[in-house]
This record gives sequence, C-alpha cells and structure tokens, in this order.
Amino acid sequence: MATVFIPSQLRELSDGIPSVEIDAKNVREIVNQLDEMFPGFKERICLDGDIAPSLQVSIDNIMTSRGMIAKVQPHSEVHFIPAIGGG
Amino acid sequence: MTTTQYRVIGSRPVRHDGADKVTGKAIYTADMKLPGMLSGFVLRSPHAHAKILSIDTSEAEAMPGVHAVVTGADFPNVEDKIADLGEGSVNLAYLSTNCMAQKKVLYRGHAVAAVAATDVHIAEEAAAKIKVEYEVLDSVTWVLDAMQDDAPLLHENLLTDSLGKKAETPSNIPVHMHFEKGDVAAGFAEADVIIEREFKTATVHQGYIEPHAVVADYNEDGRLRIWTATQGSFTCRQQTAEVLQIPLGNVLVTPCEIGGGFGGKITVYLEPTAALLSKKSGRPVRITMTRADVFEASGPTPGSYMRIKLGAKNDGTIVAGEAWLAYDAGAYPGGMIGPGCMCVFSCYDIEHAVVDGYDVCLNKPKTSAYRAPGATQVAFAVEQLVDELAEKLDMCALEIREKNAVKEGARRVDGPVYPPIGLEQCLDALKQSEHWNTPLEGPHRGRGIAAGFWFGCGLKSSAACTVNSDGTINLLEGSTDIGGSRTSIAMQLAEVLGLEAEDINPQVGDTDTAGYTDVTGGSRVTFATGMAAYEAGRDLQQQMKTLAAELWDCSAEEITVNEDGSFSGNGNQLGFKELASQLFAAGEHLVGRATVSPECPTNGFGAHIADVEVDPETGKVTILRYTTIQDAGKAIHPSYVEGQLQGGTVQGIGWALNEEYFFNDDDTMANADFLDYRVPTMLDVPMIETIIVETGNPDHPYGVRGVGETPIVPPPAALANAIYNATNTRMTELPMSPPKLWKAMQSDPSAD
Repeated sequence: MATVFIPSQLRELSDGIPSVEIDAKNVREIVNQLDEMFPGFKERICLDGDIAPSLQVSIDNIMTSRGMIAKVQPHSEVHFIPAIGGG
Repeated sequence: MTTTQYRVIGSRPVRHDGADKVTGKAIYTADMKLPGMLSGFVLRSPHAHAKILSIDTSEAEAMPGVHAVVTGADFPNVEDKIADLGEGSVNLAYLSTNCMAQKKVLYRGHAVAAVAATDVHIAEEAAAKIKVEYEVLDSVTWVLDAMQDDAPLLHENLLTDSLGKKAETPSNIPVHMHFEKGDVAAGFAEADVIIEREFKTATVHQGYIEPHAVVADYNEDGRLRIWTATQGSFTCRQQTAEVLQIPLGNVLVTPCEIGGGFGGKITVYLEPTAALLSKKSGRPVRITMTRADVFEASGPTPGSYMRIKLGAKNDGTIVAGEAWLAYDAGAYPGGMIGPGCMCVFSCYDIEHAVVDGYDVCLNKPKTSAYRAPGATQVAFAVEQLVDELAEKLDMCALEIREKNAVKEGARRVDGPVYPPIGLEQCLDALKQSEHWNTPLEGPHRGRGIAAGFWFGCGLKSSAACTVNSDGTINLLEGSTDIGGSRTSIAMQLAEVLGLEAEDINPQVGDTDTAGYTDVTGGSRVTFATGMAAYEAGRDLQQQMKTLAAELWDCSAEEITVNEDGSFSGNGNQLGFKELASQLFAAGEHLVGRATVSPECPTNGFGAHIADVEVDPETGKVTILRYTTIQDAGKAIHPSYVEGQLQGGTVQGIGWALNEEYFFNDDDTMANADFLDYRVPTMLDVPMIETIIVETGNPDHPYGVRGVGETPIVPPPAALANAIYNATNTRMTELPMSPPKLWKAMQSDPSAD
C-alpha cells in the first residue's frame, strides 16, 4: 500500500486526515480512489483530466512529470506539491 | 564524500568558448546583421496603471523609413490557457498581454506599440508620434497595500485560488498556499524560547549585463526564424508559437551567446513583437532593450513581506516554526511564493511547522525567477531568527545550526523527505575552515553565518555526439551556455570515452538541430545535460563494441570497455581514437545519442561566513572577508563551480546591501539605470573565498549536484547577522543600505 499525503489545503475534504494508505499502480488510481474517499478531491488538483500544471507529484522524492500515468510502488510515499521553476 | 579518482573530471581545462569570448568574436544577438534588417523600438506606458482608451498610429506609419507598426490589435486573441513550459507553467493570455498590452497597462514600461524602421532613431521618433489616450487609474506597489480590500484591482476577474478552491470575490491575490506538519500549537507550547519578527525585502533585478535582444525573420512560407538571448531555445519557441498562434514546427529559435540570465531570460518579452513587425514589413527586425527597458519591463524578483516565528527548547532544539509570507507577483499572477513557502524551513529539521503564502499582483513588472527564486527572502528572515535563538540560549550560531540541520530522512514542511544531502558536511567544512578559526578583532566589526538551500532539478536534456575520422567528437546539445556548461558537459563525455576535454567540440544547437532540452535554469545543466552526454557516450561505446567484434572476429559480448575508455577483445586492444579511426576507415560512421529526463531534485546546500566592518558615522558596510561553502556533489570543473559560488554570492551581497527599485509617488521606477540602481562592483567586495564540499549525488553517474542557485541564498542573512554582531542592531529590511542602517543604529538604544 502506498502512503498518500493529503495536501493540508485539501484536508477540509478528508476531515483532517493527513494521509491514507492506498493500493494503486499509478497516480490515476490514487486520484480516483481519493476522489471516491473524499469527493471533490480530483476537481481540486486536476485540470483537463491530468494533474494541474501548477502542481507536481512527488513519488519517493522523485518529482515526476508523468502526471496520472506515473507508476507507484507498493510502499511508495506520494505527495502533491507546487510545481516550481529555478533561475 | 566522493573519493573516485577521474582523469578529466575535477581538472580545469580552458573553456571551449573562451577565445571567442575574450576576443570579442562570440556572436550575441545585438551583433546580428541580416540583409535588409530593420530596427524595432517599443513604445512603453508612462503610467503604472491605466486603461488604454485609444491608439492612433497613423502619423507614425506615414513617416519616411517606417515599415511597420504593431499594437495589441495585431496580436491574436489568446485564450486563458495554462501551458506547461517544462520548468513551470504560464497562463498564455497573461503572457501575451505582458508582451503587448491590450486594454490596460499594468506597470510603467508595459509595451503598448512597436515600430520597425530603417534605423532605431527613426523608429523611436515614429513611436513618439503614436497617440495613446489613457485613463490613469490608482496604482499600488507595496505588497500589503495590494492585499487590502480597497486596493486598486489589476485584474477584475482574478479570484484567489486555494489549491483548486476559488474565492468568491476578486482581489489582487491569485494564490494562497498553506503547508503544515505536526501540531504547531503543541510545538510552540513545548518551546522555552519563542521569537517572532517581521521582515521586508525590496524588489531587485537580476542585473544581467546583456539586455534582452531579438532578431526575427518571418518568411512568406509561414516559417519564423528567431535569434535571441534566451535561457531556453525550446521554451522560447513554445511561448512564441503559442502567443502568435502558429504551429510550433514553423518556429526555429537559435540561441545566441548570452550575457547572463539568472532566471530572467526564460519568459519571452520581445520575440512575438519582433515576429509581427517582421511579418508586417517583410523584413528581418531586430529589437534591443535599453537598460531602462530591462528594469521597467522585464521580470525582477519579488519584493516581500514576511512574518516568521520560531520556538526552541533550552537545549537548542528548534521545535516549532510559523511563517506568513506575501510575495510580489508583479502585474500578472505566477510569482515565486511556492518555492518561498517550500524553502522557508528547508535547512532545519523542525517537527511542527505551518506556512501560509500569498502571491500578490501589483503595479510592477511581472516577476521572474532569479537564482533560487523565493529562497533568498525567507533565508534572510529565518537565518536571523536562528541566530537570535542561539543568542537567547547562550549557544554559538554554528552550534544551533549543527544541532538542527536537516539530514537524510528529514521531512520538509511541504511533505517529501530528503535523500542523502550535504548540509551537515557544509557546516563541518565551515567549522574546520581557516576563516572560522581566525578571530575577528577590532571595533564595529562582526562576523555572521547563514545556511541556504535550493532544490535543483533534472528535467529533459538531449545530446548527440558525432565521431570524426580522427576519433575526436562533435558534441551537439541544446543547453544555452551561461556559466561554462559547454565545457562541463564535454568533460563528462570525455571522461566516459577516455578522451581529453580538448578532443570534444561542443556546440549548442538550435531548435531544429538539437534534441529537446529544457531551460538552462534550476541548476540543472551540468547535472542533466551532462548526464545526457554521459549516456550518449555509453550509446557510442555499445555501437563500437558491436562493430569492433566484426573487426576482431569475435562476439560483442567478448569486447570489454576498459576504465580508460579503451576497447579489448580477442587479443586486441585499442584506445577510443584508434578504434574510431579504424572503424571510420572501414566505412562506419558513428553517432551516439541520448535523451534523459531525471526527475530527482539535486538538493544543493551551502553555508556562508561574512566578516564586516560598519562605519558608525555613515552606516556603510565594508565586507572584510567572505567565504562561501557549498556541496557540489562532485565538481566537474572546479573553476566553474567556484565561479558560480562567487557570482551568486556577489549578487546576494548586492541584494543585501544596495539594490532596490525606488518608486516615485506615481509608482513609476525612479532608478532605472545602473548609476542609480547600484549592483556591486569589484571595488565593493573582497575576493570571495570558496570551499567546495563533495558529498556525491547518488542520482548522477559522477555525483553532480546543481550549484548555480544556492550561493545567492545566504548572503543577506549572513551579512545581517554580521552587522548585528558589529553594531547590536538587528536589520529586518533589505537592502541594508547605509541610510537605512544608519537610521536603525540611531533608533536602537542598544546599538554600538
């Protein structure tokens, strides 16, 4: 089961729960399951069916650019964090 | 620490582009001359905020020598769409109207029209004949004022986004971010000492020496060719195509040599305008910004307001942190508040923390990245509070940092945990340094230290290497070379192939010839494009093993590539060059290629020591000695790493002591030139001493971490701490210029 951290701004949807364990192969499955558990989750972090460009997904400290198709391992740690650019 | 011994990596060969640069032969965009080329001039708003009621270009168009005039009406209507630019994203509607205003101007310097003429003087004269009727609006340039309910609204439909949830009423706040870990209230309850302070930082500019410049040539077949000073030819191509609503494949961007960028040459400003002037006139058009244009119309880095609280136990453990940050976005949403929030507590392992951050639109140019964007501001604040905690707890400033420094496994406030990192090693190097162990004596003198962090990123890079008949190599890559990256990339290819750096001829290709490569930014080029070159070398070796097997009448599995890059098998052994020559003679032409997309941050940490002397009569700060320590992972070319450390530090010193945008009462910039906007010169800073720490990055074949951005992060904080130790005056506002410091010293009764 992957450990998925709920962004603090979305914990209003999760009743304050900071993280959940999810059995998923990729980010799409995680997002869909989170949306079932916490309705409205997907709408808050997705745009046109993919992760919003203002966000990135961190999987085991890898900032993946693969969005919904990024693979998740059984013991992965998953975060949704702001996308950043450097100088 | 890395211990592997390399032949090429770690040496200091002469840079491949050195002779061209020092003899003036390198071609910068402003050097470009094409047959029939016209000169462009951009007419800019004199107002900080105004509606455009009408624009009459007829008199300008009628002037002899004028070939084309464009205004916002010539720009396609770009929809409100977010485009992913590889490193970051942009709202295309905002990007387009930042290039050329449509209904409103949002800052002094906002482009409202442009003219192409036979020379720039005619173009400028014609631009002066363009009649623009404005309705001047109230304006705002201080971030807290812009957040007020009654502030002048820049965008009437802008609703604050709180991670997908929109506010109900418009404001100047496009984004609110919030991060939380642990239980902050419990953390502060646990603390024995709590310190809270407010901090302010001024808007500052990257100050690259080369102004923005572009040449555009729009062909009648719809192909657009652009030569420009850009940090990323591919992102320039994408932005230009999107703004002009033309096919990406119709645009060819050639990156010219670049005179500095530091994050400020990623966004397009002139390219679409020059392209439209070229399309209208049928001639190539060159536009070069003046220095005033650069200050007033390209992206500075955010000014900020910060309120930060730290709590520690008596043993020095920092147990709780709270940050409230408001950063300028400039005229359009999309500032640096994200990394500001993510970096505010990045150097310390704090169990309980909360961060709120606000991106704020106001009547200044749209902000851009500037070396570790958003991190310098928060370091200025937090690193001073850490010193204050140490003082209250009777600890040494280094000791409290050592006690709380993040290490592998520490969780960032935004969630992820750190992989192996090098802050502890940097602090240890500081502790062992000759500088730290040399007492500083004398009146009005003080020493300060500070730590700093920047993520560093990977992103996409490509490389192709063509083997010549003599075994030398032409290396083609797509990373604009700002800090000597041609050579640091070539060295990695030379290392893997057993060649010398001089055997590689590195070239930065255009968007039609190089493989896709993201921007030169994010401290990524030596890491990611170097990795691409390494993989291209490996690809070449695989091809050569197969061909050598035919030459030596054995199977490819029997061929070994030795540590020195030579090949052996079936009783034969040849070096790379010899084998390549034989294969070429046998009719084999070799090209190695690779694309990579590493997605791991490279996590660059640093620690700085500053010694200052403050003149009590004037408040002038003289830097007596300065040492920059940074974990480079592995320094490919130590001179270039030292150069990055020194350059970033000097820019941080300018930010700390002198640089700021001054605004007149009408919110127009008062000091848009290098006489009045004071960047440090060699007379203002001592030789910056450097110590390179090499912890090795496990995500790179040679252990490279990015180094370009972190060095700008600690200087304002290190200098503020040094100034405090010299004067007993705590400076909470940047810049700490003589008048401000002098005034603070007068008002602080405890000051020396």
